[in-house]
Amino acid sequence: MNTFEIIRFALRGIAVNKLRSSLTMLGILIGVAAVILLVAVGNGSAKQISDRISALGTNTLTVMSTSRNATGSSGLTLKIADALDDPVLAPDVKSVSPVVSTSTTIAYGSTSHDVSSFVGTTPSYFTASNTPVQTGSAFSADDNSQGRRVVVIGQTVAEDLFAGEDPVGQQVTVGGALFTVVGVLAEKSESTGQSDANDVAIAPIIAVRQVLTGYGALSSILVEAANSGMVATVQSEVATILDQRMTAATSSTSSTSTPYRIRSASQLLETQTETADTFTTLLGAVAAISLLVGGIGITNIMLVTVTERTREIGIRKALGAPRRVILTQFMIEATLLSFLGGALGVAAALIGAHFTIAGVKPLVVPSSVALALGVSVVIGMFFGGLPAARAARLRPIDALRYE
Amino acid sequence: MHPVLDVRSVTKVYGEGDTTVHALRGVSVTVARGEYVAIMGSSGSGKSTLMNILGCLDIPSAGRYLLDSVDVSRLTDRQLALVRNRLIGFVFQSFNLIPRTSALANVELPLAYAGVHAKERRRRAMRALETVGLADRHDHEPNQLSGGQQQRVAVARALVTEPALLLADEPTGNLDSHSTDDVLTVFDELRAAGRTIVLITHEPEVGARADRLIKLFDGQIESDVRQEAVGRHAVGAR
Repeated sequence: MNTFEIIRFALRGIAVNKLRSSLTMLGILIGVAAVILLVAVGNGSAKQISDRISALGTNTLTVMSTSRNATGSSGLTLKIADALDDPVLAPDVKSVSPVVSTSTTIAYGSTSHDVSSFVGTTPSYFTASNTPVQTGSAFSADDNSQGRRVVVIGQTVAEDLFAGEDPVGQQVTVGGALFTVVGVLAEKSESTGQSDANDVAIAPIIAVRQVLTGYGALSSILVEAANSGMVATVQSEVATILDQRMTAATSSTSSTSTPYRIRSASQLLETQTETADTFTTLLGAVAAISLLVGGIGITNIMLVTVTERTREIGIRKALGAPRRVILTQFMIEATLLSFLGGALGVAAALIGAHFTIAGVKPLVVPSSVALALGVSVVIGMFFGGLPAARAARLRPIDALRYE
Repeated sequence: MHPVLDVRSVTKVYGEGDTTVHALRGVSVTVARGEYVAIMGSSGSGKSTLMNILGCLDIPSAGRYLLDSVDVSRLTDRQLALVRNRLIGFVFQSFNLIPRTSALANVELPLAYAGVHAKERRRRAMRALETVGLADRHDHEPNQLSGGQQQRVAVARALVTEPALLLADEPTGNLDSHSTDDVLTVFDELRAAGRTIVLITHEPEVGARADRLIKLFDGQIESDVRQEAVGRHAVGAR
C-alpha cells in the first residue's frame, strides 16, 4: 500500500467525521488566532507610544536648572545658551534655543484666553521641538534681535480667540502690550504627559522677557543634536560646557550635585518602551493561557474520539492492515487537521489585525505566528497521534473490545 | 493434501491467581479444504475464544496453531497482518463495518491493504457484492442498510480477498429469521463453490446446515460429528 493511498484514506477519515474535524480545527484556530492577535495588539500599542514620543523629536535635549529659585546667578542665562552654541567644544550641536515660559492671558477685542504655556524663544525652537507652522510663518531671527512683538499661536488658542476669523495679521494684547499674530501652529496630536499640546503661544524671547517674564533665569534650553544618533555625544558635550560655566557661577552653594539637569527625549522613549514591553509581555501571558486552553480543547476532542477510533483500528487490523499503515494514516489525519486549523487561525488573525482593536492598530509579530502555529500543531499531532499509536499496538481483539 | 486448519492442544487462560479463567482446556481439531464446519456451545464454552485464535485476532496461551501449514504463533506483527489479509476472511457478530463509509469502500478495504490497484479493487469488490446480492446497494452507508444487508456486506468483505478460510463468529446472532436465511444462503453458495467455512452459532438450525458439527463444552470438544446438511438452499444441495 503506497503513501498516496494512505493519504487518500486519511482525507476520507477527515471527511467522514465532518463535525469532529471542524470542532478540532476550530479549537486550534481560536488558540492560534488569539495568541497572534493579542501579541499584535501589545506590539501595536508599543509602536503607538514610541511614535508619539518620536513626534516630540528624539534628537533634542532639554537643559533645566535644578535650583528652585531660578533667579540671579545660579540659573540658566542667555550667556550660557550662547556658550552651548560652540562649534569647537560642541561640534554636534545643530541649534540652541533658550526658552522662557509662563502662563498668561491673551486678549483679542472682547475675548480673552488663558494660555497655559506662553513661550519666549528663538526661531530654531520650531524645528528643534517639532512644532511646524501651519498658516502664516514663524518669526525670524531678525524679529527676535529687533525685539519685535510678534507671536505664533497654537490651534486651541486660535480657535478660542478667532472663531471663524483668520488670526494672521491680527493684534492681540498680552501683558499690556500688543503682539501681532504672524502664524498658527499645525495641530499637534495629544502627546504624553501634557494636557493640551495645542494650548501654546510662541514669541521672540527678547519681547517676552521685556513684556512678561523679566530678565531672570531661563526656564530651559532646548539643544538640538545633528541627528538622533548623536544625542549621547551632544549630552556629554553640553555637560562639559555647563560644568565650566555653572560651577564658576555657583562655586560654593551646591557642590554636591550639578546645578542643572539634562533630559533627552530618547531617555523618555526608553522608559516608555519599557512600559510598553511590559504590556506586551502581559498580553503575551494572556495569549499563552488561551493557547493552553485551546490546547486542552484539542486534547479533549482528540481523546474523546479514541473509543470510536480504537474500534475502527481493531476492524482495520482484523482486515489485515499493517501497523505502519494505520499509524501513518492517523498521523496524517492529525497533522492535516492541526495544520489546516493553524493556517485558518493565522488567516483569521491576519484579517483581524486590519481592524483597530481597543484604539490600537495591531502589529503582527512574525515570531508569535510561528510560536502559536508550532505549539498548536505539536499538541494536535501529539494527542491525535498518541492514542492511535497505542491502539495500533493492541491485539485486534483487544482493540475491537475497547470501551 | 494438508489441512487448511490444524489446531493442536490449544489452551487459553485469562487473568492470573484466583481470578484465572480457563477459556480453552486443550482443543485439537483439523479442518480440511472445502469443509463447512459449525462450532456450537453454550455461553462460556470457549467458542468465541477459539474463533478469535483461529482468526489470528488473539494468541493462544499454549499449543500450536497451523494455518495453511504455517505456524501462526511464530509470526511477527507484520506477517500476522499479511496472514489476516490473505488467508482469513472474518465475519463478526456485530458486523464491524467502518461507519459513514459506503458498502463498496468497506468491501474494498482488505484489497487496499493487500496493495491492489484502485480499478482492480473496484471490480473485485463489485463482484463480491454481487455474490451476496447487494451490487445495487454498493453506495449505501452501513446505517442505510438493514442488519441482514450489513452482514452480507461484511461477508462480501470477508471473501473479497478469496481467503483460504472463511470464519464467521455468530454471523446470524443479531439478525431476524429472514435475514438469517439470506446470510446462510450466501454461505451455502460459498460452500458449493468450494470455500472452507468455519462458523460459530448457538442456534441449532444454523448448525444443522453445516457438514460437520463440533460441540464445545467448558473449553473442551464434547462431540465432533459429520452430518447430512438439512434445509440447505437448492444451489448447495448438489
